Amino acid sequence: MKASFFQKHRSVLLFSFMGTLLILVGVFQSWSVALTIFNLCLVSAIMALGVNIQWGYAGLFNVGVMGFAALGGLASVLISMPRVEEAWEVGGFGILAGFLIIVTTVMSCLIIWPKIKKNKRSRYWIIFTLVILGYSGLRIFFDPGVRAIEDVNPSVTGYLGGLGLPILVAWPVGGILAAGVAFVIGKVALGLRSDYLAIATLGISEIIIIIIKNEEWLTRGVKNVNGLPRPVPYEVDLQQAAWFQDWALFLDLPLDDASSLLVKVCYALLFIVVIAVLLWLSETALRSPWGRMMRAIRDNEVAAGAMGKNVTWQHLRVFVIGSAVIGMAGAMLTTLDGQFTPVGYQPLRFTFLIWVMVIIGGSGNNWGAILGGFFIWFFWIEAEPIGLWIIAHLTSSMEPASPIRAHLLEGAAHMRLMTVGIILLVTLRYAPEGLIPEKKRM
Amino acid sequence: MTGGYGAADILHDCTIGVEKGQIAVVVGPNGAGKSTAMKAVFGMLPLRSGQVIFNGEDVTQLKPEDRVLRGMSFVPQNQNVFTSMSVEENLEMGAFIRTDDITDSLNQVYDLFPVLKEKRKQPAGQLSGGQRQQVAVGRALMTQPKVLMLDEPTAGVSPIVMDELFDRIIEIARMGVAILMVEQNAKQALEIADKGFVLVQGHNKFTNSGKALLANQEVRRAFLGG
Amino acid sequence: MTDLLNAIVLLSNFLIIPGLSYGSQLALGALGVTLVYGVLRFSNFGHGETMSFGAMVTILTTWGLQSIGVSIHPLPTALIAIPVGIIVTIFFTLLIDQTVYKYHRTRKANPVTFLIVSIGVMFFMGGLIRFIIGPGDQIFFDGTRFILKAKEFKELTGLDEGLSLKMTQGVTIITAIIIVAGLFWFLNHTRTGKSMRAYSDNENLALLSGINPRKVVLVTWILVATLATIAGTLYGLDKSFKPFVYMQLLLPIFASAIVGGVGNPVGAIVGGYVIAFSELIMTFAYKKVVLYLAPEGTTVDSLIQLLGTNYKIAVSFIILVIVLIIRPTGIFQGKTL
Repeated sequence: MKASFFQKHRSVLLFSFMGTLLILVGVFQSWSVALTIFNLCLVSAIMALGVNIQWGYAGLFNVGVMGFAALGGLASVLISMPRVEEAWEVGGFGILAGFLIIVTTVMSCLIIWPKIKKNKRSRYWIIFTLVILGYSGLRIFFDPGVRAIEDVNPSVTGYLGGLGLPILVAWPVGGILAAGVAFVIGKVALGLRSDYLAIATLGISEIIIIIIKNEEWLTRGVKNVNGLPRPVPYEVDLQQAAWFQDWALFLDLPLDDASSLLVKVCYALLFIVVIAVLLWLSETALRSPWGRMMRAIRDNEVAAGAMGKNVTWQHLRVFVIGSAVIGMAGAMLTTLDGQFTPVGYQPLRFTFLIWVMVIIGGSGNNWGAILGGFFIWFFWIEAEPIGLWIIAHLTSSMEPASPIRAHLLEGAAHMRLMTVGIILLVTLRYAPEGLIPEKKRM
Repeated sequence: MTGGYGAADILHDCTIGVEKGQIAVVVGPNGAGKSTAMKAVFGMLPLRSGQVIFNGEDVTQLKPEDRVLRGMSFVPQNQNVFTSMSVEENLEMGAFIRTDDITDSLNQVYDLFPVLKEKRKQPAGQLSGGQRQQVAVGRALMTQPKVLMLDEPTAGVSPIVMDELFDRIIEIARMGVAILMVEQNAKQALEIADKGFVLVQGHNKFTNSGKALLANQEVRRAFLGG
Repeated sequence: MTDLLNAIVLLSNFLIIPGLSYGSQLALGALGVTLVYGVLRFSNFGHGETMSFGAMVTILTTWGLQSIGVSIHPLPTALIAIPVGIIVTIFFTLLIDQTVYKYHRTRKANPVTFLIVSIGVMFFMGGLIRFIIGPGDQIFFDGTRFILKAKEFKELTGLDEGLSLKMTQGVTIITAIIIVAGLFWFLNHTRTGKSMRAYSDNENLALLSGINPRKVVLVTWILVATLATIAGTLYGLDKSFKPFVYMQLLLPIFASAIVGGVGNPVGAIVGGYVIAFSELIMTFAYKKVVLYLAPEGTTVDSLIQLLGTNYKIAVSFIILVIVLIIRPTGIFQGKTL
């Protein structure tokens, strides 16, 4: 029985296939490219894991992945970059005062709401007035502070800077930041029907990105934050270390190649540790009574509710946990990039692509999510060279100067959008459970 | 016209049927399979065995839409009007399969239910329960059906409205339409029925004329409350 | 008096006319989303790309017409290219329906599955469009730029403020009025339109009335493709065509549909204008208006702007989120056509 052999060792076979693909890239393109892809595959896999926790465990349709990933990226900046003393001096007061006003406004709204709730006619007006008051106060203190901060050496800083802590601290902090925001979002939006929840989260994630892009005093916005500190050694330092020179000589590699490879391997090791811990945690959670309950809720909300399970609370919990994982992955990605570029956050790449990973991999299965992360990221990157190669071959009979050929070759770059779309549509039709389907547990 | 079914779960070889111009009523306790029987006749559930014969023709394999074309019409128990559309539009939709002039049928329905004419521009969703039932029956009549099937037409309406509706149903039958109806209010329904079917757990328990069933001691005790 | 007139002209020029034209584009887009939602019962994430596709075909046709010297000066050539765009988009949409959506429809898949399928379609179409026309900016507007120039208006009225009406704005608003009127006439006065409303209202009863679901679905996609092509082309004429922008347009369109009450065509139109005007009102700098209206000699040193222009698009998302939370059914209690 060939089929049963495949069924039994499905995951192993698929992961080996994935590994082979990466090795082929290493052999045919370069090991550096292969490792770069591998590292991004790992980060994508963690994001997919986060989405899978929300969708696969609880059926929550969160299309705000991008926002949480960006919050993680922001955390890297706020944790690791050095504090800009001058900016704090000129604008710190304004920002803190503004922050205080926001807190006061929100608190007073929350306190007053239960008291005016019954007054159907004026309740929204009262809240509205409070918000307007708060907003005006905010602008009075905030605006001068912001202007002052953004004027401090705008080409280099022009923002408050961070805490100057090691960037590894940012990973859990990114998770916590995302979790905090997810808590607020979940509180207000989780009651919505699934497609409304999708649109709401999509909208919220866009709002988060717009804020990050425009609040330059905090994030430098579109000016980007470059030169984030690294958790791993720098190539330059490696190249000067005697032990490394020996090692490179031993491997018979040029020094700069060897150093960049080692740096990538270091990142890979760090990411693998994170992914292993997360995987162990989520598998344990799935097998626990809690995991059983979550599946019960996902499969039949009404029945689970009738059995006395607090569906809303459990949904909120899962939403927060999943978002935290995504936030952490976002921080890791920014760390790997070494820079924070708010313009780079596009829903196609950061939200929908992650979703495709989860669906292809097999929603509800952690290994599936990881495989999906690898598989889709690999194709996202490699579809372009593969497409170019195919088109170059197909059109080789055409004249080299033919405008059609030139157009086709130029268009090959967009093959990946099409490829991913087709992969998703084919999976939904012929293998809706994904590459590694969810295990049927009793 | 006879119909026989054998969907193992709910219906067990039960037979119901009605002739032109007659009213046939299906009664029975809750869960007896009354509504299921109606759906089966109309082709909304697959039959495991048995057949539906209409006008001497076997229509068992036809889809509900095609049965409408042959002259069967069905008023479901719930959600039986287009709430966002006006009364007149509801009636027009009833006549959707017809390509001829529908003015006559429209007037016929308005004569039968004068209140609908008054409210013909109002969305059906804004009408009272009884008026909605009138719209629903009116819509079903617009296809000029040979047999009209009603699933609990009086569910949730007041007794006065119920009597009114039964009167209209008799009128419709007099026009030569066969009426097959499921009813909760067994006593009143059997009073107007030419034929009655008592279903219990998917079986035909009693089949007789409405009057005979009303007179039957056992039926009275068990289903009509004495 | 002159000050008041100046203030009104200023507001018209920077707020009302742009609002009407952007609102019309959103309304046409939202109508497409609402039709899909009302009849096929899912949120179509591929709608932005359908708009983009229609606009692309129109652009290619426009270029073809321009190259053979066809022109309807002073109107933009794209107007006579739109029918071609519509027809091609209809065929493409029906092809997608037959190859992709139909399967899931026969399986009676749930709305979320449809939503994810539409994301796949979005990816595919996005790639196809970029493959055909490239990711860059395309300008295909020709004809006269302005119907009314600010300078002419100033000379005509002697006011300090000018009022200008761009050709694209005029074309957008008039086309939108015609299309919307046509759509409503179709939905309310034709047999097919009424059957669509009936199907959207109560699918079961529509089947019992002998309405053919396949035909309803077919007509819906035809209408959606038509609306999408027109909306996409008008937006491209007014701003510029760039495939990426249409993906970003998706959210304001969803916002318009939901704010008005998704599934309700009147709601989609009202929603479109609500979103467009909120964006503009929230980010408009009122300084000059205030200066005109305030007593002589007043000085204002801030721009009097509620939100920075950068936050323009955030306004629609914020409204969307607030509406979803406070009143998910929207202004007009949507659900049916």
